[in-house]
Amino acid sequence: MTKKSNQSRLYVPEPPFRPGDTPDYSHIAVPANHSPPRPDPLCEDHETVEHATSLIRVMRFNGEAVGDWAPKLTADQKRKGLRDMMLTRAMDDRMFNMQRQGKMSFYMKSRGEEAVSVAHAMALRKDDMTFPTYRQQGILINRGAPIKEMMCQCLSNAGDRLQGKSIPVLYSFRDYGFFSVSGNLGTQMIQAVGWGMAEAYKDSDGIASAFTGEGATAEGDFHYALNFASTYRAPVILNVVNNQWAISSFQGIAAGEGETFAARGCGFGLATLRVDGNDFLAVYAATQWAAERARKGGGATLIEHFTYRKEGHSTSDDPTKYRPENEPEVWPFGDPVDRLKTHLIHIGEWDEDRHAAQAEECKVEIRNIYKEAEKMGSLSSATNVNDFTMFEQVYEELPGHLQAQVEAFKEEL
Amino acid sequence: MGQATKRMNMIEAIRDALDVKMTEDSDVLVFGEDVGYFGGVFRATAGLQEKHGLHRCFDTPISEGGIVGIAIGMASNGLRPVAEIQFADYIYPGYDQIASEAARLRYRSNGEFSAPLTIRTPVGGGIYGGTTHSQSPEALFTHIAGLKTVIPSNPYDAKGMLITAIEDNDPVLFLEPKRLYNGPFYGDPHIPSVSWAKHELGDVPEGHYTVPFGSVRRITEGPDLTILAYGTMVWVAEAAAKEAGVQADILDLRALLPLDIEAIAESVKKTGRCLILHEATRTSGFGAELSAQVAEACFFSLEAPIVRVTGWDTPYPHAQEWAYFPGPKRVMNGIRKVMGQA
Repeated sequence: MTKKSNQSRLYVPEPPFRPGDTPDYSHIAVPANHSPPRPDPLCEDHETVEHATSLIRVMRFNGEAVGDWAPKLTADQKRKGLRDMMLTRAMDDRMFNMQRQGKMSFYMKSRGEEAVSVAHAMALRKDDMTFPTYRQQGILINRGAPIKEMMCQCLSNAGDRLQGKSIPVLYSFRDYGFFSVSGNLGTQMIQAVGWGMAEAYKDSDGIASAFTGEGATAEGDFHYALNFASTYRAPVILNVVNNQWAISSFQGIAAGEGETFAARGCGFGLATLRVDGNDFLAVYAATQWAAERARKGGGATLIEHFTYRKEGHSTSDDPTKYRPENEPEVWPFGDPVDRLKTHLIHIGEWDEDRHAAQAEECKVEIRNIYKEAEKMGSLSSATNVNDFTMFEQVYEELPGHLQAQVEAFKEEL
Repeated sequence: MGQATKRMNMIEAIRDALDVKMTEDSDVLVFGEDVGYFGGVFRATAGLQEKHGLHRCFDTPISEGGIVGIAIGMASNGLRPVAEIQFADYIYPGYDQIASEAARLRYRSNGEFSAPLTIRTPVGGGIYGGTTHSQSPEALFTHIAGLKTVIPSNPYDAKGMLITAIEDNDPVLFLEPKRLYNGPFYGDPHIPSVSWAKHELGDVPEGHYTVPFGSVRRITEGPDLTILAYGTMVWVAEAAAKEAGVQADILDLRALLPLDIEAIAESVKKTGRCLILHEATRTSGFGAELSAQVAEACFFSLEAPIVRVTGWDTPYPHAQEWAYFPGPKRVMNGIRKVMGQA
C-alpha cells in the first residue's frame, strides 16, 4: 500500500514490474488451504462476502483435488475439458500464425484463460445464453460449434456466416448459446441481464452468463448490470475475467488497488465468488454454484476469474513494450492446461504420452480444418464475400434510401 | 372502415396503443422510470400495471443505459419491450446502447440476433423545462444506420405509429412532442390552448390499427410553397401559413427515417419553394439533411433558395423559452423569405 501523508497528491497507480524488471510475484500468497467453504447455492448474498476477497481453488499444484468445492466430474468429463482447452489453444496458435501471413486482418488468442471459457461452458446448460467477449472462444469449442465456420468468420471468406460484417473473433452462434460479440466493451453485461429477465418472464429456467474483462468493469454498463441484476433478481452470471492486463493497463488502473473485482458485487447485494481462473475444477465448481442459484430463483452471482493473459491483447499488440517478457512464466498460478493435466495424471487417468499425442492430434485436426476453411478464401484472396451484402441486415427490409445507395454503388463498379 | 372511434388526447392515444398491444401480445413489456404504479410523469402508462400486472409494466432504476440495455437483451430473446426514457434530454447515457448495440446487433450478427425494441421519449419545449427537459435530439439518431426515428404530431398518428413501432422488427425511437400531449399547439403560448377533443385528429379508432412509417401526412394543400415540418412545428406551420396568407403544402413528415422523399420531392417540384422547420438547434440539425435531399432531388424546380427556420444554436433556455422557440413570427419571416418577399 502507498504511504499516507497529510497532503493530497495526485496518485497514479503503476504495475509492480515493467520491461527490464525481474518480476517477482512471491508476495502473492497462493492460498494453500483451499478456499472458503461452499455455502448452499441459495444462501443469502452476504454469506458470500468472504468469497469475494478470498480465492476458490480446488487443485493443488501437485494435482490433488481437495475441499468441498471439488466438483463431481467423471474422468471422461475432465479429459473432455482438457481436450477442449488444448483444441482452443491449437486453434489460437494456428490463427495467430495465419494472421501473421496476412490471411486475416486480426486475431485474439486466449492462452492462459482457456479454463475460464471451457470449464464455465461445461458447467452451464447448452441452451443457456452466453454473452462472451472476444476471449471466450473456448465456449464454442466446448459446445461443439463448427470450427470451420469459426475460421471462415476470421478469414472473412465465402464461408463466413456473418458475410464479412464483423472483424475476426467477434463470432455469433445463436444455436450454440453464443451471443453476437460486441467490440464495444462492457456493453453486453446489461444485455445479458435483460436476456435473463426475459427467461424469468417466460417462466423458463434458462439463464444468461455474461463476460467482461477487468478493464471494462470501469464502464457504466458493468454497474448497470449489477444494479439491474440485483433489483430484478435476474437469473444471470456476471463474469469478470481478471487477466491482469487491459491492453497495456494493469488491473490497478481499472479499479484502484484496494479491493477485488468480485467485491464490487457486495454493495449491490449480489452473491460474489472469486475463483482461481487457472483451476479448471474451481471454475467449473463456481459456475455450477452460480448457475444453480440463478436457475432456482436465487438471482445473480458476480464471479471474478483470477487469471493471467499470457499473450498480447491481439495481433496488433506487443506486450513486451509494457510488461516484462517472462512475466507470464513467473505468474504464480500456473497454466490451466498443465494444471488439469497434472490432476488427471495424479488420479491415474492420464499420462505424458497420451498428453503429447493429444497435443499433436489437436494440432493436426486444426491444421486440416484450417485447410478446408481457407479453400473458401481469405481476406487477402479474391474469393471473399460479395460487397453487396454490406447493404443487407442493416434493417430487416431494405429501406428506400439504402436501395438508392445500392444502385449508386452499382454505378461505381 | 366502420371502426368505432373515441376522442383522445395524445397521451391517451399512446396509452391506448400500449394497452392494445399488451392485450394482444404477452411479449410486450413496458418499463422505465416511474412508469409502473404511478403511471409515468406524463401519465402515458397510467393504469397499465394495474390492468396487465406488475411484471408487464414496471419501474426501473434511474439508469437510461440500463433501461436500453435490458430492452436489447429482452428483445433479442423474443420479447417486445417498450422502454420509456422520461425526457429525451436524459437519453444520452443510453446512447451507446442505442447507437452501438441496438442499431447494430442485426448487422453484426448478420441477422442471427436483432433488437425489436421501442424507445418512447418526450421531446421539445413549451413547458418551461429549460435546458434539461426541452431538447429535440432527433438528428443524433437519424445519423445512426439500423435505427428508425419517428415523431407523430397528433393522437391518431401517435397510436397508429406506436403500434407500428412495437410490431416493427427493428429498433424504433418514438419521439413524443410533449407540448402536443393535450392539444395542437399553434406556437403562441398566450393564446389559450385548444384540446384534441376539438380536432379531427383527436378522433382515434378503438382497437388495433397501424400508421406505416415512411409516408408523410399532408396537413394543408397549396400551390405557393412546401413546408416540411414534424412534431410541434406542424401546427405552428399551419398557423403561420394562415396568418401569412399563403396556400402551402404542409407536409408532416411523421417518420424522419425512413423518410418519404418521394412525396417531399413531388410537392417541392410542384411549388418550387421549400421551407423547413424544426425546433431543434440549427447547425447539423435534421433540416440540413432535408435541405440537402430537397436540393439534390429538386434543384432545377426551385424558384428560391431553401429556407430553414429552427431553434437557435443555444441550449434550450428557461426564461427565454419563447425567444428560443421558432414561433409563428419566425416562421412567417421564413415564409416571406422563401416567397421572395423579404
